[in-house]
Amino acid sequence: MAVTHEVPLTTPHLKAVTVGRSWAVTHAWPAVRKFIVTKPLGAAGGAIILLMVLTAIFADVLTRYDPYTVDQRVQFTAPSVNHWFGTDEFGRDLFTRIVYGARVALFIGLTAAFIGATAGAMLGVISAYLGGRVDLYLQRVIDVLLAFPLLILALAIVTVLGRSVPNVVMAIAIPIIPRTARIVRSNALSIKENMYVEAARAVGSSHPWVILRHIIPNVMAPYLIMLTAQFGNAILVEASLSFLGLGTAEPTPSWGLMLSGSALSYAERAAWLAIFPGIAISLAVFGFNLFGDSLRDALDPKLRHRN
Amino acid sequence: MWQYILKRVLLMIPTLLGVALVVFLLMHVVPGDIALLILGAGEQGGDVNLSELEKVRHKLGLDRPLYVQFFSWVWGIVRLDFGNSLWTGAPVIEEVCIRFPLTFEVAVFATLVSTLIAIPLGTLAAIRQDTWVDYGVRVVSIGGLAIPNFWTGILLILFLVIYFEWSPPLVFVPLWEDPWENIKQLFWPIVTVGYRNAAVSTRLTRSAVLEIMREDYIRTAWAKGLREFLVVVKHTLKNAMLPVITIIGAELAFLMGGLVVTETVFTLNGLGRFIVDAILRRDIPVVQTMVLLTAFIIVFVNLIVDLFYAWLDPRISYRTAKASQR
Repeated sequence: MAVTHEVPLTTPHLKAVTVGRSWAVTHAWPAVRKFIVTKPLGAAGGAIILLMVLTAIFADVLTRYDPYTVDQRVQFTAPSVNHWFGTDEFGRDLFTRIVYGARVALFIGLTAAFIGATAGAMLGVISAYLGGRVDLYLQRVIDVLLAFPLLILALAIVTVLGRSVPNVVMAIAIPIIPRTARIVRSNALSIKENMYVEAARAVGSSHPWVILRHIIPNVMAPYLIMLTAQFGNAILVEASLSFLGLGTAEPTPSWGLMLSGSALSYAERAAWLAIFPGIAISLAVFGFNLFGDSLRDALDPKLRHRN
Repeated sequence: MWQYILKRVLLMIPTLLGVALVVFLLMHVVPGDIALLILGAGEQGGDVNLSELEKVRHKLGLDRPLYVQFFSWVWGIVRLDFGNSLWTGAPVIEEVCIRFPLTFEVAVFATLVSTLIAIPLGTLAAIRQDTWVDYGVRVVSIGGLAIPNFWTGILLILFLVIYFEWSPPLVFVPLWEDPWENIKQLFWPIVTVGYRNAAVSTRLTRSAVLEIMREDYIRTAWAKGLREFLVVVKHTLKNAMLPVITIIGAELAFLMGGLVVTETVFTLNGLGRFIVDAILRRDIPVVQTMVLLTAFIIVFVNLIVDLFYAWLDPRISYRTAKASQR
């Protein structure tokens, strides 16, 4: 189009396009390598996440048992060659249930954190960009949501929606929204004041275009930090909800559910039932937190110049 | 300053009204009829006399329009009448008062324990950044965050039951009646909640101290040839305490979640367990009151923390004073 040629090459949004193209080649891979070298803890977290993802994908290859099949003959078998982590009160293989549990935890954790953080980031960007009344009212709604303790809000939402995997995802995602919105909004507010945003408006870019092209790319860092921080958190909330009897329902192989209700009363004679699911939850959350923590150090410009 | 406080207190009202509305609506779209549950029919159906059902609904005020129910509830709160539990029939406020001392004690001691662990550890990690001390502290604190409260509780109970033939207490003994018995009962729950909170505070103390360590005045302090102890304690820690205090206040919401789970594991009859039971039993007045109460505490503590912050850092109160004049 003729119009494009009339725009000088130094126009901010054209510059942004060229930077966007070369970014993957010139920055992404060296950044990953630098991350592994300078952040060994973060890399260890990444390795744990990778292990969990592989476990979830290859669950059916890793074990010859079915997580749902009840076998009364092998109730409460102690860990052995046949049953690595022992069996539960229904004779189901615990190792198998934990391996399949990785699927449940990953699915719920990733989708809930993604939905919550993304919706929150959107709200934050829109609230900051539009400002005025919209911002004022949205912030009051966020105040209200932030006044709820996270777990109690999630509990109430599951009670309303009923116990199923998609409902648990929603119950975990909703409390994440106000927390992300607040942080992304404060970032977006300062970005909005930059000259290039004004310049983009001056050359006639529309509001959605400015948001998409100039605001969103610049709030990616806080968004990614919140997102990774919420992965571990979401897995933990799911486990807590299931433990309280208000998360996923039997016979879903959920780690938190394995520790709830009867588990404690059986634990005295079958300690493995109380130990292995707990290790699985802790290890998964540990991996995500370790990774997220180092990612924050690497992405936060305030901390960056130290390294 | 006073203007600022007044403004903040007035802003609490719409927030709390919003919380009241949200929890009211949530509890009224919950599937399951409380009147049926009370008559013992539950979800199985069963034979219920229709006129009896109407009578129960009328007694509970459930046959009135929603907005009437909402306003009569809010009006009750204004007069400090929180209604009666649908389950026990006793006033909600009475039920809350029975359980409050236990939860309050665990919350206060857990915060104390976590602060005593977090501030020295976090500072140590920051002043020895990127050494094995720092890595060690970070692994322990991130690990603490990763280990769910209820699992720590289960492992502790298992350990205590097997090795010390300990059993969870059946009746709560208040601190003022028998301090030793009370500490014996609440020691492990306090450790369980406190350890996880310490993990959060340690991380935040570390990053707060790290940030202050890069300030110009710290460089000046080093350049003057001050000893490390003085630089860290007098110049750094004093300034790093601001964000840390804010966090300890903000953690209250986090603490409540921890209490819910910990009280369940240790079968303590506290407010955390109370709210879960109420949600499970659809005890609407109890859930509404409890959520509103926790929201009030959270909003109120945030206000106190902000005021404290302004009091500690004169630059902030100056800025807010200027802003409120405009």
